[in-house]
Amino acid sequence: MPENKTTPVEKAAVKYKTGLLVSNSPHMVTKLDTKRTMLYVLIALVPCAVAATIFFGPGALARILFGAIFAFLAEFCYDKIMKKPDTTGDLSCLVTGTILAMNVPADFPIWMLCIGCCVAIIIVKCLYGGIGRNIANPAIVGRIVLLLSWTSYMTTWPVTNFQKATVDATTGATPLGLLSDGTIATTPVSLGQMFLGNIGGALGETCTLAILIGGAFLIWKKIISPIIPCAFIGTVFLFALLYYGFAGAPAGYNAFTMALFHVLAGGVCFGAFFCATDYVTSPIMKRGKWIYGIGCGAMTMIIRLFCSYPEGVSFAILFMNIMTPLIDRYVERSFYGIAKKEKQEKAAAKAEAKAAESSGKEGAKA
Amino acid sequence: MIFRKKHLTSIDAGHYKNTADQQTEVMPVPAVVKISMSENIGAPCKPLVKKGDYVKKGQLIGDTDAFLSVPIHSSVSGTVLGIETMRSAMGGNDTYVVIESDGKQEEEETTAPVIEDQPAFIKAMRASGLVGLGGASFPSWVKFNPKNLVDIDTLIVNGAECEPFITSDHRTMLEDAQDVLDGAQAMMKWLQAENGYIAIENNKQNAIDKFNKMIVEQGIKNLHVFPLQARYPKGAERVLIYEVTGKQCDAGVLPAALGVIVSNITSTAFMGKYLKTGKPLTWKRLTVDGDAVANPKNVLVPIGASVHDVIEFCGGYKKEPRKILMGGPMMGRAIYSDEQTILKANNAILAFSAEQAAIPEETACINCGRCHEACPFDLLPTKFADAYQHKDVQALRDLQVMQCMECGSCSYVCPAHRPLAFMNKLGKAMVKEADKNARK
Repeated sequence: MPENKTTPVEKAAVKYKTGLLVSNSPHMVTKLDTKRTMLYVLIALVPCAVAATIFFGPGALARILFGAIFAFLAEFCYDKIMKKPDTTGDLSCLVTGTILAMNVPADFPIWMLCIGCCVAIIIVKCLYGGIGRNIANPAIVGRIVLLLSWTSYMTTWPVTNFQKATVDATTGATPLGLLSDGTIATTPVSLGQMFLGNIGGALGETCTLAILIGGAFLIWKKIISPIIPCAFIGTVFLFALLYYGFAGAPAGYNAFTMALFHVLAGGVCFGAFFCATDYVTSPIMKRGKWIYGIGCGAMTMIIRLFCSYPEGVSFAILFMNIMTPLIDRYVERSFYGIAKKEKQEKAAAKAEAKAAESSGKEGAKA
Repeated sequence: MIFRKKHLTSIDAGHYKNTADQQTEVMPVPAVVKISMSENIGAPCKPLVKKGDYVKKGQLIGDTDAFLSVPIHSSVSGTVLGIETMRSAMGGNDTYVVIESDGKQEEEETTAPVIEDQPAFIKAMRASGLVGLGGASFPSWVKFNPKNLVDIDTLIVNGAECEPFITSDHRTMLEDAQDVLDGAQAMMKWLQAENGYIAIENNKQNAIDKFNKMIVEQGIKNLHVFPLQARYPKGAERVLIYEVTGKQCDAGVLPAALGVIVSNITSTAFMGKYLKTGKPLTWKRLTVDGDAVANPKNVLVPIGASVHDVIEFCGGYKKEPRKILMGGPMMGRAIYSDEQTILKANNAILAFSAEQAAIPEETACINCGRCHEACPFDLLPTKFADAYQHKDVQALRDLQVMQCMECGSCSYVCPAHRPLAFMNKLGKAMVKEADKNARK
């Protein structure tokens, strides 16, 4: 008899591991969760914060920090009061607060910013069911509420630290304001200064260079798809090129420089990289992203050129946010051939009904 | 799959090929083996032995007349202790033949099969007990006997091994390279396929080089090595066919309909060996890995050995195991007890401790669309999940849920850790159920 023979008694003594965890595959998941995604967005906003501090002084930085803190507190208090699980851990409230703060002038009253944050977080996000359920970008709606409530505060822009040396004033106009007033020809703005951010405007959106650095970081980390920013900025550029090509550019500019002017002015770049790419309120599929980006760009230019507001990025993004479910549905139906199939089915049913009708008539004749 | 793409979308799930450089070790014969009678997709076998019978290694112990089946052979020599019923990893109650090994490993006399025509090849393939060893366990002889045999022009030998952790196919390629080439050539001969490809992910450069060298040395004309991107899920049959031939293989379409047969590399190597020796499939190379295993390694184990015995051979548990997988972490099956025994189609046993096995908390969907971007077939897992939760069978059908091959890429990339692949499975089951009811 070989030695390794096990009697039934010994066999029972073998301790099998039972009651192991049984779950469905896959058994491993990525580390890139919602929290880390939001952290990357916050990191991408750092260049903008640095640029804002350089151009507008520590007040700008203070407003960014206050925006983040107010947004965090708003969500925290809402969860506590409504006895809901604490959702501040995913950091999305910090992103909303920071982006909202970057959309206001550098000397904006802080209590107003607080109200903007509360509107953004509580009304736009939490009341709709928290992250993932909101129909519009909270920061954009917060900005629009502030703009409509305190229009003069939201449209009085302090001059940058570098402009102070040459200009003897504390507030200045934005390039788009000059364009809207028709005074752009008398006080031309250099495109280089606009690219660097040495112009009036909301504290985070003036420095295109910083925005591009942040945007490139997000695209490199695969947090955002480049489609929306490209479609958005490309549409603004083309729209302006065609418009000024036909209508004629103001003195000192040609159609090409005016197209660049529109891309660099106002919140186009900031909106394209940080606001329009908000996951929740932008389409999922590639084709939808193109439609959405082009829509944002076209709406922006329509508002800028034909409406009474000098700036239209936030309204354009809000408009396309609301259109997103429609775009998603349209793209889904065309991509998977659902619409085509339904059409064929309808045609087949119609033909069948017709055949039945004619055979019925024949039957009646007979 | 509307736009023509060079590569289907894939994800980077990490490789963790910790055991790739270790020579395969042969496990000593365990005291008792329990050989399942349900080794393949299709009909289970009926045991041909009874309590008290003496069996030799390689002796036929189970077979059936049902079409979709393969015979089962004993992996040890010894006495049959009895026929048992036990709950299997799949959840069903399966029949097991329990054999007490005498340690002598007396072998049934075998001779190399004589093959003169295609039916003889198919007969030999069935007699060998071969099933798809990549994990699907589909009877190979059925796959190699398609109705449109004349249309078959391509054989793809699948050595992608895209699942993290698993290296058993890699070791097969390095250690049994000649068997792989012989098997592939025999398969191509009897399929009358003009082209053969050995598809290997480019993280196994030594295997690619080895095959290239051997093919040149032996002057094999129509067999080529096809390097794949080292990403998940390049080894999935439908993805592999697209990558190698550019043909689009939708769900429900047999690869044979496109003129392609895909064979796992271990199956191919086994077939090469079988045609030389006539020894049926009774032992299998496994990767044993995971943070709970003391000495991760590749081992050659007898089919029917318990997971417990296999892990004991690898130094036992280093930490308390919380989850044990049969197969890789992306598509493998979690088993509830290490009393489960090794099946033919197993290629890995992974044991993870509590911290590795923790299931992350599910949070709200943020509509980021990464599941859609990760899907090789451009499906919309998040919408499947919504449609499943609303029990909307029509929407599931419209969005082509049946195209999902359950690779798990969507669940892997989801930042909210939603069990999307699981919901796709449930959605598919719901559509199948509805179709069944509609037919009644």
